[in-house]
Amino acid sequence: MTDAVADSSLRPPASRPASAVRVRSYWGSVWHRLRYDYVTLFCLVLIIAIVLTAVFAPLISPMDPYKSSMAHRLRPIGYHNYLLGTDEQGRDILSRMLYGGRVSLTMGILPVALATIIGGLFGVVAGYFGGKVNMLIMRTMDVFFAFPSVLLAVAISGSLGGGITNQLLTLTVVLIPPLCRVAETATSQVRTMDFVDAARSTGASTLSILFTHVLINVMSPVLVYASTLVSVSIILASGLSFLGLGVSPPTADWGLMLSTLRQSIYVQPIVSAIPGVAILITSIAFNLLSDGLRQAMDVRA
Amino acid sequence: MWLYAGRRIVLTIPILLGVTIICFALVQIAPGDPIQNLLSPTATAQDAARLRAAYGLDQPLMVQYFIWLGKVCVGNLGMSISDNVPVAGEVLHAFVNTIVIALISVVLAFVVSMIFGVIAAYRTGSLADRLITAVAVFGISVPPFWLGVILVIFFAVDLSWLPATGMGASGSETFSYFRWADFKFAIMPIIALALPPLGIMTRTTRSSIAEILNQDFIQTLRAKGLSEAQVIVHAVVNIMPQAVAMLGLQLGYLIGGSVLVETVFTWPGTGYLLNKAVLTRDIPLLQGTILVLATAFVLINLVVDLAQSLIDPRLKRS
Amino acid sequence: MTDHMMTPRTAPVDPRDRGGPAQPMLIVDGMKKYFPIRAGVFNRKVAEVKAVDDVSFYVVKGETLGIVGESGCGKSTLARLLMHLIEKDAGELILDGDLVGGSTGVLLDGLRRALQMVFQDSSSSLNPRLPIEQSVAYGPKVQGASGKSAKAQARSLMEKVGLNPNLFGQRYPHELSGGQKQRVNIARALALAPRLLILDEAVSALDKSVEAQVLNLLGDIKKQLNLTYIFISHDLHVVRYISDRVMVMYLGQLVEIGPADQIYEAPKHPYTQALLACRLSMDPEARVDAAPLAGDPPSPVSPPSGCRFHTRCAFVEDVCKAKTPKLGDVLKLSADKHLAACHMVHPDSGHSRAPAHATAA
Repeated sequence: MTDAVADSSLRPPASRPASAVRVRSYWGSVWHRLRYDYVTLFCLVLIIAIVLTAVFAPLISPMDPYKSSMAHRLRPIGYHNYLLGTDEQGRDILSRMLYGGRVSLTMGILPVALATIIGGLFGVVAGYFGGKVNMLIMRTMDVFFAFPSVLLAVAISGSLGGGITNQLLTLTVVLIPPLCRVAETATSQVRTMDFVDAARSTGASTLSILFTHVLINVMSPVLVYASTLVSVSIILASGLSFLGLGVSPPTADWGLMLSTLRQSIYVQPIVSAIPGVAILITSIAFNLLSDGLRQAMDVRA
Repeated sequence: MWLYAGRRIVLTIPILLGVTIICFALVQIAPGDPIQNLLSPTATAQDAARLRAAYGLDQPLMVQYFIWLGKVCVGNLGMSISDNVPVAGEVLHAFVNTIVIALISVVLAFVVSMIFGVIAAYRTGSLADRLITAVAVFGISVPPFWLGVILVIFFAVDLSWLPATGMGASGSETFSYFRWADFKFAIMPIIALALPPLGIMTRTTRSSIAEILNQDFIQTLRAKGLSEAQVIVHAVVNIMPQAVAMLGLQLGYLIGGSVLVETVFTWPGTGYLLNKAVLTRDIPLLQGTILVLATAFVLINLVVDLAQSLIDPRLKRS
Repeated sequence: MTDHMMTPRTAPVDPRDRGGPAQPMLIVDGMKKYFPIRAGVFNRKVAEVKAVDDVSFYVVKGETLGIVGESGCGKSTLARLLMHLIEKDAGELILDGDLVGGSTGVLLDGLRRALQMVFQDSSSSLNPRLPIEQSVAYGPKVQGASGKSAKAQARSLMEKVGLNPNLFGQRYPHELSGGQKQRVNIARALALAPRLLILDEAVSALDKSVEAQVLNLLGDIKKQLNLTYIFISHDLHVVRYISDRVMVMYLGQLVEIGPADQIYEAPKHPYTQALLACRLSMDPEARVDAAPLAGDPPSPVSPPSGCRFHTRCAFVEDVCKAKTPKLGDVLKLSADKHLAACHMVHPDSGHSRAPAHATAA
């Protein structure tokens, strides 16, 4: 046994305090890497700011987003108190954008969250159990992959009809298959790892293995992928609203605003394009953030 | 190789069946009773039952599905409610308009993305790389319909260079892509369609080329005295199988994803048809269009996979 | 089954012992595992890989049984079959006198506590997202220990394998060297207080100096904890160093088994002879230049007829292609017997080199 501990690193000098060698956890090292990625940090701050303006829209909106004024229709940027002009019913565009962020951000994040849970669950089950279960789940998903996402969204939404619940449902269904596939791939890779076999040979229940050993390893690829889907979801949602398949008219929503203002491009071209800027900025911010996250989470050693 | 092709073709059949099931389900999840819309306000319950039987709606769902599937297989997609014409004819006519601009867009995006991707990968970190990456991020993040609106504002409203909407001043009967006056109508839809795939393909090309350029055999080529241009040709040839697969996938996405862009430009393709179906709640038209588009998507993927197995030496062997 | 001549090396009686010192720790009877190969347009089963084909042997209490063979001979599949990590197609497992898995035998859970495995690949054998202390504590927790006692157990085990728990407990696998990871692997396998440890290429990936340290550690632990080892490796030197008995596998079958010294001094099966000839001798003068074993082993999908080794054997005769040589009834014979499945050792087998009369195998 004496030569077994000859590894010099195994026996620390007695004086060295144990806490000094405490090492960073996985998430700690991810954060450590993110701290120096200024583009990603900027996007994170931007997204937080956008979310905050949407949450506190009632407090910070300069005007009532629903109050129309026939006298002040389609005014340009900076007209009187209308910082970003007015729409075709004379409503303040800035206020409507702030309120619209509530629907649009919800439609970006909520369907992704739901689809991550549902698709992730199916994917983990398919990947872990393999065989017939895998066949059943993944072949079903393949059928959904036979539709481009926009087409599938229009198909489901077009049949169900408009409304915010139907939009949420549609987007969730559209996002489940890709998340399921990513979770399945990650799980079946983890499944072949020896540490899963080691856990099985302790007599652990499947549920315990899934929670302690599989999920923790499947989580990061799935979350990284899910984060890329937020901007996809925002664009899909705004597209559906643009087609009249989203919230009903008086409610503010970026896609819907773009759709109604489109009639006015000859009168106020710049103002008509503004809601799209909000979609674009949010979408770019989420895309860059997920890029940064992927890079930070990718390096393992 | 033939075994792979055979397997791939056989595997397509259950997928297509699944597609028909989803399309059939679209009618089922649509709220409201289709019969009620057809009945006159004075109709009795017997009238409703008779009509229901006439349309076969009193049969079990499975039976209804197979009857519908039988009709689909002989090209009968039902009648559109709003125009009362066969859906199949309407969809096919629109499909030609869609696939032509989708093809032009995707080829354009492919060529540009290859050039951009190679430049960016060859000079990683340079100004050109950053600019190209920015364009790619923009292409991926921009809502295509908003891009359409911006293009209209800029080129049609402000500059009056291009017509804002529609397909040809002379009406679509005599439309020709080879006549400038007509082609002008297609320019903005093509650009709006091309940008998202341009973004995605540029990113993919950039990372694949960069990866290849880092491999040892590239150093060997340089050591053998090949010029940089020849080295780049080697790298491009190496990623061709992937690039072709990417091209096909993007073509498929464009065919299905053109609904918003076509709506912005009132381009009379399948997307515009879908928009019409949604607005008028014309479910048979919606169902027929989706079925044709999804089938096209599946078949394009099939062709791409087969093409890839032909040109990729690694797949050829198996 | 009573005539086991090998005296167990560890004298003290284990309270967990059920069958007495003469009862083998583990009896493997007729173990079989065929993996289906699917192909063609419809993905039908077209063939089977006979990964483990009718393997029988036993492990005496307190011994180290080495298993050697080329890669692909079924060593690792066999290990996983013993651990019940993959379903067997046929065969029985008797653990200290109790049939495993049967309605009257010990339950799988009992087997799992008695049998543990140390895995080969240190990069995939530890959960990359779990601090190693938690990896070690996982087993006791699963078996019902409280979080606190599992942690204490894990820390004492880490100490036992030469890792300071204060220093290493909270580290993640990627922060450890290969040797350290393998020590964690050993600690984890010991956490359920097993009686039989299966070491599947447990030291193969390590540098020679670290390998020696881990081998010494294994030797010490075995003495301390009264363990029995099954040591699987392709490294013949290491197997000789650590094993009491050795069995040689070829294409899913057991071809030779016997005490380590006899196998190494006087191998009977031409395959074993070839394997041993392949070793690099410590003495450069004695090294062979020609490769005694040419080419890859034949496919286990359609193994050669008769003796599976006949395609590569220097002494092949017609009888080898026609008749499958018998190893002898391993389970009925004592552990010091040296058996080989070759026509050349069986009298009257029809092979020209076979002994003329029965000289006791």
